[in-house]
Amino acid sequence: MQQQIKKPLLEVDGLKKYFPIKGGVFGRTVGEVKAVDGLSFTVYEGEILGIVGESGCGKSTTGKAILRLIEPSEGSVKFEDEEITSLGPVEMRKLRRDMQIIFQDPYASLNPRHTVEKIIGESLLIHGTTSKKERKSRVKQLLEVVGLSAYHASRYPHQFSGGQRQRIGIARALANNPKLIICDEPVSALDVSVQAQVLNLMEELRDAFNLTYVFIAHDLSVVKHISDRVGVMYLGRMVELTGKDELYNHPKHPYTQALLSAVPDPDPDIEKERIILKGDVPSPADPPAGCTFHTRCPMAMDICKQVKPEFLPIEDNHFVACHLYHSEQQNISNNNLVKEGEHE
Amino acid sequence: MSDIVLEIKDLSTHFFTDRGEVPAVEQVSIRVHKGEVVGIVGESGCGKSVTSLSIMQLVPNPPGKIVSGEINFKGENLALATEKRMKKIRGNEISMIFQEPMTSLNPLFTIGNQMIEAIRIHQKVSKKEAREKSIEMLKIVGIPRAEAIIDEYPHQLSGGMRQRIMIAMSMSCDPELLIADEPTTALDVTIQAQILELMRTLNHEKDTAILFITHDLGVVADICDRVVVMYSGQVVEEGTKREVLKDPKHPYSKGLIRSIPKLHGREEKLYSIPGTVPKPKMDRIGCRFAPRCEFAFERCFEENPQLYPTGEGRFSRCFLYDKSEGDKTIDAATNKEATIGG
Ligand SMILES: Nc1ncnc2c1ncn2[C@@H]1O[C@H](COP(=O)(O)OP(=O)(O)OP(=O)(O)O)[C@@H](O)[C@H]1O
Ligand SMILES: Nc1ncnc2c1ncn2[C@@H]1O[C@H](COP(=O)(O)OP(=O)(O)OP(=O)(O)O)[C@@H](O)[C@H]1O
Ligand code: SF4
Ligand code: SF4
Ligand SMILES: [Mg+2]
Ligand SMILES: [Mg+2]
Repeated sequence: MQQQIKKPLLEVDGLKKYFPIKGGVFGRTVGEVKAVDGLSFTVYEGEILGIVGESGCGKSTTGKAILRLIEPSEGSVKFEDEEITSLGPVEMRKLRRDMQIIFQDPYASLNPRHTVEKIIGESLLIHGTTSKKERKSRVKQLLEVVGLSAYHASRYPHQFSGGQRQRIGIARALANNPKLIICDEPVSALDVSVQAQVLNLMEELRDAFNLTYVFIAHDLSVVKHISDRVGVMYLGRMVELTGKDELYNHPKHPYTQALLSAVPDPDPDIEKERIILKGDVPSPADPPAGCTFHTRCPMAMDICKQVKPEFLPIEDNHFVACHLYHSEQQNISNNNLVKEGEHE
Repeated sequence: MSDIVLEIKDLSTHFFTDRGEVPAVEQVSIRVHKGEVVGIVGESGCGKSVTSLSIMQLVPNPPGKIVSGEINFKGENLALATEKRMKKIRGNEISMIFQEPMTSLNPLFTIGNQMIEAIRIHQKVSKKEAREKSIEMLKIVGIPRAEAIIDEYPHQLSGGMRQRIMIAMSMSCDPELLIADEPTTALDVTIQAQILELMRTLNHEKDTAILFITHDLGVVADICDRVVVMYSGQVVEEGTKREVLKDPKHPYSKGLIRSIPKLHGREEKLYSIPGTVPKPKMDRIGCRFAPRCEFAFERCFEENPQLYPTGEGRFSRCFLYDKSEGDKTIDAATNKEATIGG
């Protein structure tokens, strides 16, 4: 990922997803949950971009909105330079060949009444593999790629363990040779010993098939292990984004600092200063004004309550949304700077 | 030591289901001293919760039953105690908090109702006094606006607040032993940090012994003094937290620790234990870990190892530590280990 020319595969700009809150007798819209509230980031070809953040910060909504499994409220999503938010259903279906998703819960995402052959075969059929024989042999090949065996094809999801089911989910995602896979908590439901197997598999597949991943998870150690760059989300926005070593060794945003300090380390010799944040994450239906983190931030200043900090680069490839790092001049700058910085 | 609060001796708890008998907990022995925090770690289904439910005599029966063993709490064997006696002990001398606080709080009553009732079951105090004590406890666990929150309902609060209230309730009778079954697993890390800090403070200030169940080795490093590792219904390793985390002896603990991605430092490829976590079943022959163990030898498939001492207060359920096996095996294991470790 270092100095070669990086080619953007996915560009997300100002993405928003507001869910209406219905209330009253007539079910009128009485408010909005700002699940994703202005996200911008770029994913380069061949990289693994990790996205971390606490429950409800909008990670899954981001993943689904990118694939238009839910419609974004606002913003632009470009895949290989093509704006996809305005594509019609037929074109979108074609594009889904290249963009796949893997979910947290391998149990829920596989139809329990279908055999593995049917589950994976269906995905092949949708994207044009009409010959049954071809599908059959491709399913067997895929099963072997993910570390299962050809004879597993005739089995049903309940006959597999959690880790094996996640392998089936991965095989299905790989079926049509995608370019990008959005992985939404792919190992969160797995036991530690099995989680390591699946993480290794995902890394091997990335190398073997030159895949690009957006890897969503709340476990900071897992994300660190697998990612090249990592973005941290808080209340629907990205607050920091940079290379993984930089992020974990020199976190800049006060939220990232607190989050990293809160992760208990299994090494009893590592003494770290714990930043204990006060209170809970505010509701995305009524986010605080200014910097949405100001209600819990140990560094909050007056300006933080009023002015929303922009997501700007403070060094090469290190983006932070925090007034501590932005001079006034930068703060009044327009969005162009964000875009330029992001793509450089 | 004489200051033992809880001594579980050879506890076996089985479930008698349509599909046969499930030995969820097999011959588990654990000691907890006064003021000590003992962790039970292990992967899903290894028997952590069933162990804790057995202590409280809360294993659903049928299908579950303690088939053998003793649970000595301050000299009394709870396995033989009547339900009437257990009602007195639960929430008073031994308290328990669970992973999902919502299931243990009644949604129909205010926080105050529930706390006051819990206090008055065990202590002869007036409603007013109990209410004051409740507010005080809520403040101790860091609930803001305690005077107002006490009249609110559980669903009006966040997960972290509910868990803090559960801790307040469980501590309100000054229990000698607190059993916490994955109390922070459902919470975000920043909230988990708050709860762990709170539990540590209560442990220091009131000298409450804590049996802390978790699958997170980071949490063990954070809060425990001693730790017991379980695998498929059995204790496989025991020692101080430092000993177990820094110098694990049992091949399973070794593998488990190495398969966690590290927050510090860098690893190229993660170590992973092959295979999957087995479900406990009857009449198993051999070491439960043998099918996944890289050190397994013939005997491991024929006999179930006992817990062998590996140091002062340390045990490992593994033939590699059986003196009668001679040094050959141990050498083989340590050599292999050295190559992997290096
Ligand atoms: N269909 C929906 N309707 C209304 N609100 C929603 C919907 N989906 C998500 N939300 C809300 O949007 C916010 C973001 O949810 P999202 O699932 O994206 O979070 P997340 O970061 O994936 O959390 P987790 O780590 O718990 O999976 C939450 O407040 C959630 O309650
Ligand atoms: N009511 C029940 N009926 C039958 N089997 C049960 C019952 N409750 C638990 N078991 C079995 O007992 C074993 C131990 O379960 P237990 O809940 O103690 O696991 P655990 O270590 O707490 O796992 P987790 O980390 O998932 O909470 C499991 O194999 C489980 O299937
Ligand atoms: S902008 Fe202000 S409140 Fe927000 S993170 Fe930075 S210092 Fe804290
Ligand atoms: S007894 Fe044998 S199989 Fe079991 S952990 Fe020890 S070496 Fe491995
Ligand atoms: Mg999610
Ligand atoms: Mg449990």
